[in-house]
Amino acid sequence: MHPLADKYIRKRTLPLIFCPGCGDGTVLNVFLRAVDDLGIFKDLALVGGIGCSGWLPTYLQSDVLHVLHGRAIPFACGLKLTDPRRKVVVFTGDGDCVGIGGNHFIHAARRNIDLTVIMINNGIYGMTGGQVAPTTPLQGRTQTSPYGNLEPPFDVCELARSAGATYVARWTAAHPVQLLKTIKEGMEHPGFTFIEVMAQCPTQAGRYIEGTSNAGELLNLLKKRSVAREKAKETPPEEMTGKFVVGKLHHLTGKKEFSQAIYESFPPEKSR
Amino acid sequence: MKASPRKKAAKEIVIDDQFCKGCNLCVEVCPRKVFSASSRRSRSGYSMPQAEDPGKCSVCFLCEMTCPDLAITVIEENP
Repeated sequence: MHPLADKYIRKRTLPLIFCPGCGDGTVLNVFLRAVDDLGIFKDLALVGGIGCSGWLPTYLQSDVLHVLHGRAIPFACGLKLTDPRRKVVVFTGDGDCVGIGGNHFIHAARRNIDLTVIMINNGIYGMTGGQVAPTTPLQGRTQTSPYGNLEPPFDVCELARSAGATYVARWTAAHPVQLLKTIKEGMEHPGFTFIEVMAQCPTQAGRYIEGTSNAGELLNLLKKRSVAREKAKETPPEEMTGKFVVGKLHHLTGKKEFSQAIYESFPPEKSR
Repeated sequence: MKASPRKKAAKEIVIDDQFCKGCNLCVEVCPRKVFSASSRRSRSGYSMPQAEDPGKCSVCFLCEMTCPDLAITVIEENP
């Protein structure tokens, strides 16, 4: 076992439930490193929704809420408002965040409440058996779109930015070093932080959409499809089909944070 | 210009049999090709990767960070 796992993980829950080669484990690995580097493990309050990625926080020896499908962000808002000193991190999947809980997501982004939302995007509802998700690529074959998906997918980072999130970044499971830097920066950022991690799902998305269940091949595909932000500006849009932009996409400082605004308007001494 | 970096080397690369699920992502991500797939089975029945020659390792920790089961530990020589 890695020393970091020894330090932070609940040992009786091991091994992790994820399928071999799942990108979720990489995110857990990188998150542990970020928390260890920042030294904020005691202040953490983690929230996980339903889905494979919702299981991530339950492995850590910190305060954890594992809540209803799509409702991870509302629970996290409550946690943050009861004690703004908490570092609240939400682990959510693409189906959980923008499928079932899309409305909660855009309104939390609009309020600019100080949460770190780490959305792991594998493009499919993996745990429930491979149904089509709002992020499934066009023409992707899934259990509920056997003739190819006809609905264009969400660009979730663009959605977060336009809804009012102040820190938006996207990386893939093939960029752990960059992801580590982004998670550290995002957790320090006072405001709504949205980090999308494109991850491979060998069991469902890999097998049905990409046609391979080899995790290494899927990781290389992710790497091939990611285009750096600076390079994407020069690339014509027709070459960007099927690809996605990675990097820090939006960073805005100076916008009022919600829990701070609430505590300024209603100071605890006065309301008593 | 950066000062010439000290050449880093790995003393040992430990792969935990109990947690490794044999996805072979480490074989894929390692830039120096330290890992290779093997036919050795762990107790839970997964084919384990092997790190035969840690001398090739440049201690970039990519395998450690990518490993989804936190099963790899790269021990650096006099860190």
